[in-house]
Amino acid sequence: MTGNLNLVGFGLSAIGPGVGIGLIFAAYINGVARQPEARGMLQPIAFLGFALAEALALFGLVLAFVL
Amino acid sequence: MSPLALAAAQGEEFTSPGKEDFWWPILGSDSSAWTLTRPAVMALVSVALIAWFLLAATRHRAIIPGRLQFIGEGAYGFIREGIGRDLIGSRDFLKFMPLLFAQFTFILLNNLFGIIPFVQYPTMSRYGFPVALAAITYITFHAVGFHRKGFVGYFKDLVPPGLPSWIVPVIFLLEFVDKFLTRPLTLSLRLFANMFAGHLLLLVFILGAEHLLLTGGPALKVAGVLSGVLAIVMTFFEALVEVLQAYIFTLLTALYIGGALAEEH
Repeated sequence: MTGNLNLVGFGLSAIGPGVGIGLIFAAYINGVARQPEARGMLQPIAFLGFALAEALALFGLVLAFVL
Repeated sequence: MSPLALAAAQGEEFTSPGKEDFWWPILGSDSSAWTLTRPAVMALVSVALIAWFLLAATRHRAIIPGRLQFIGEGAYGFIREGIGRDLIGSRDFLKFMPLLFAQFTFILLNNLFGIIPFVQYPTMSRYGFPVALAAITYITFHAVGFHRKGFVGYFKDLVPPGLPSWIVPVIFLLEFVDKFLTRPLTLSLRLFANMFAGHLLLLVFILGAEHLLLTGGPALKVAGVLSGVLAIVMTFFEALVEVLQAYIFTLLTALYIGGALAEEH
């Protein structure tokens, strides 16, 4: 069996952002469920946080292919 | 038949699909930067298709919309009300609607090419295309920010007011790296990585099913059928991801423009 250990590293590095994105959207859904009229205010914050957290997973992916 | 499928048919060792499967030159050499490739042709075709669709949808406008007009208006209204007005604000959003709607339709159709039978290749799985799209967003939201707040004012606005003075340089550095380096990188990479990984996933399941069915024993043939079923399931999952990525790209563009325009922090 041949392969590249980088990809295992990428798998490991994706755990953190995965949990993070889950937490962000859990908080967002909670917020909207408690106060539906706050949706417009919460949405940009949630997606900004999601974009930041996902950045880490994307860096992992790039480094897995580049290194 | 691709070389991979031929190899599978001849009972050779299974070679897993990789990034070579994304290189489809049509005209020109393998090394030239000006080679006409399959995704380039598909991007051009997608522009023609979108233009045709939107012209057809708006040609016979009526109070009671026909089917095409209904779809066209629904898509435009979704972007305009759900993304533009909400994230940029009702004062400025109309100026940016052409950009947002063009981005959404272009990315959506090019992503959906990934699962449309006989096309089955997402244009955005070649990194050059998301880079160009992200560059448009990057230049737009910074230009808008500099225009609205002035050169010094835009940099001053990176740091929220009311912070203790010793922490200001740190926050400034963090915000600068986020807005000028991380944002364009992640915006392009998110789209590219999702399309690349999704297409690779489908290739693994479909080519794997083909290989198992053609060369495997009875037990492996069952596994091949399962792999084929999973390929179909994954195709539906890909449809979801493709629509979602087009939506997220447009949403983030609007979010970045809205952030650059916002007066108070």
